[in-house]
Amino acid sequence: MAFKIIASQCTQCGACEFECPSSAIKFKGEAYVIDPEQCTECKDAFDTQQCASVCPVPKTCVPA
Amino acid sequence: MSLPTISLDSLVSTKSYEQLLATAKSGGCASSSCGSSAKPDEMDSAVWEKIKDHPCYSEEAHHYFARMHVAVAPACNIQCNYCNRKYDCANESRPGVVSEKLTPDQALRKVIAVANEVPQLSVLGIAGPGDACFDWKKTKATFERVAREIPDIRLCLSTNGLALPDHVDELADMNVDHVTITINMVDPAIGAKIHPWIFYNHRRHTGIDAARILHKRQMLGLEMLTARGILTKINSVMIPSVNDEHLVEVNRWIKERGAFLHNVMPLISDPAHGTHFGLTGQRGPTALELKTLQDRLEGGAKLMRHCRQCRADAVGLLGEDRGQEFTTDRISDDIAYDASKREAYREVVTRERGDHVAAKSDAVGTLKATGSGKSLVIAVATRGGGRINEHFGHSKEFQVYEASQRGISFIGHRNVEQYCLGGRGADAALDSVITALDGIDIVLCAKIGDCPKDRLAEAGIRATDAYGYDYIETAISALYAAEFGSEPLAATA
Ligand code: SF4
Ligand code: SF4
Ligand code: SF4
Repeated sequence: MAFKIIASQCTQCGACEFECPSSAIKFKGEAYVIDPEQCTECKDAFDTQQCASVCPVPKTCVPA
Repeated sequence: MSLPTISLDSLVSTKSYEQLLATAKSGGCASSSCGSSAKPDEMDSAVWEKIKDHPCYSEEAHHYFARMHVAVAPACNIQCNYCNRKYDCANESRPGVVSEKLTPDQALRKVIAVANEVPQLSVLGIAGPGDACFDWKKTKATFERVAREIPDIRLCLSTNGLALPDHVDELADMNVDHVTITINMVDPAIGAKIHPWIFYNHRRHTGIDAARILHKRQMLGLEMLTARGILTKINSVMIPSVNDEHLVEVNRWIKERGAFLHNVMPLISDPAHGTHFGLTGQRGPTALELKTLQDRLEGGAKLMRHCRQCRADAVGLLGEDRGQEFTTDRISDDIAYDASKREAYREVVTRERGDHVAAKSDAVGTLKATGSGKSLVIAVATRGGGRINEHFGHSKEFQVYEASQRGISFIGHRNVEQYCLGGRGADAALDSVITALDGIDIVLCAKIGDCPKDRLAEAGIRATDAYGYDYIETAISALYAAEFGSEPLAATA
């Protein structure tokens, strides 16, 4: 029950970070990463996963 | 013809403050019309107050003032088919492209470093990559910090408009008095061809549905800005056979809603940039197509013709980019703002501008007196200050003016490859300069060698340095009178 970011595709725009309702996304070291402990897949908050909906690069925020 | 009494050049190049102040103070006022406002005709004075130091809003100000952009807001809430957000290359200079994303703190240090070094600095903008209104926290933090340190700097931002209505009140509170909205359509069916998706209300919308929302939000944002007296410039990307004809309609809509300037920019599409349009072979407009459309729009919302489609981290006068001198690694951690250079520069500019206005009106009088119906197209090499003060071989761009009995109007600029590097002219580069100057009657510059002059002459372009350091308009009117008037050539020629 978590999403992940394919770091090699990420543009590091940070949009997912501030749209995530669970504060699961952080910039760590060199890349944005999703903390699987915190990610709720946006259940109970929104119909679609916010990170995947806002990300400009297809297939970058994907189910882990 | 008035000679420069004070040199802006020396002001911007001196390093020590005492020296700078001495230069500024030594300049007496030689102009009879000193103190007259440099306000162009037909402009409401409240508007003029807002734009007079803004190089992007005022054609006149772009000779004197510089802008800088900081890329602090990389996140975006829409996708445009002319943008590839993965692309980022240090050798690229395409709008929106940026090599350094900054945190608000890094941005503050950079603004201070530039303000200390570039006295012409008057405007700080946040203009992509990304959307300043969507990535709002960073935009706001940057503006607040900069305004606290440098209270007289003008703040502006660019946005696609989608999140704009949410922040108009805060923009007004922060004294942001200029906003640029990119509006490429008012018809959602056309919008869908340009913007494949948007992220709005926590969900991704696509196609016509997306374009419809974007359109509504853009119009609402524009109306809200107008209601608060915030000047709004509209940028439109001209995409042949997609929205080129439609921009006439866009121009009408935005004018009705109070937009102050309309800037039609050519689509830049190169497959190497990896944008959707680049990959699908969508071409950009030719210079002629762009000018034809701009001419058709004349009479609608006022057009901007001096846009340089700057990089999102550009620094300096329009047409120059000193961004590379101010990268984060070159800026020390504890840097303090020193207002002296900017203050001295402003003092001189105020005087110089009064003088320039007088020179301009003399020039227009000279043109009208010739009684000629002909027109001349003139390219000018300038480094700012409204004067012909750049060497032909050092120019990276020429500013193009058209002189006719109606007056002198700025019609655009031509980018060229710098032909003279390290004192030696390169032949191939000269060829490309000559191609870029196609259609120009006369080139005015501060200095030109015999060889390039002869080569230009072979191509049917005259070039002269006889008017070096004069005001652009003064020189043009003298040339025009010499060409078409009954009076003999002015003494300087
Ligand atoms: S799926 Fe939702 S909760 Fe999980 S990281 Fe993405 S935005 Fe955050
Ligand atoms: S939205 Fe996508 S591209 Fe932007 S930081 Fe998140 S994963 Fe990277
Ligand atoms: S609004 Fe700007 S950053 Fe966003 S996709 Fe369009 S061009 Fe790119």
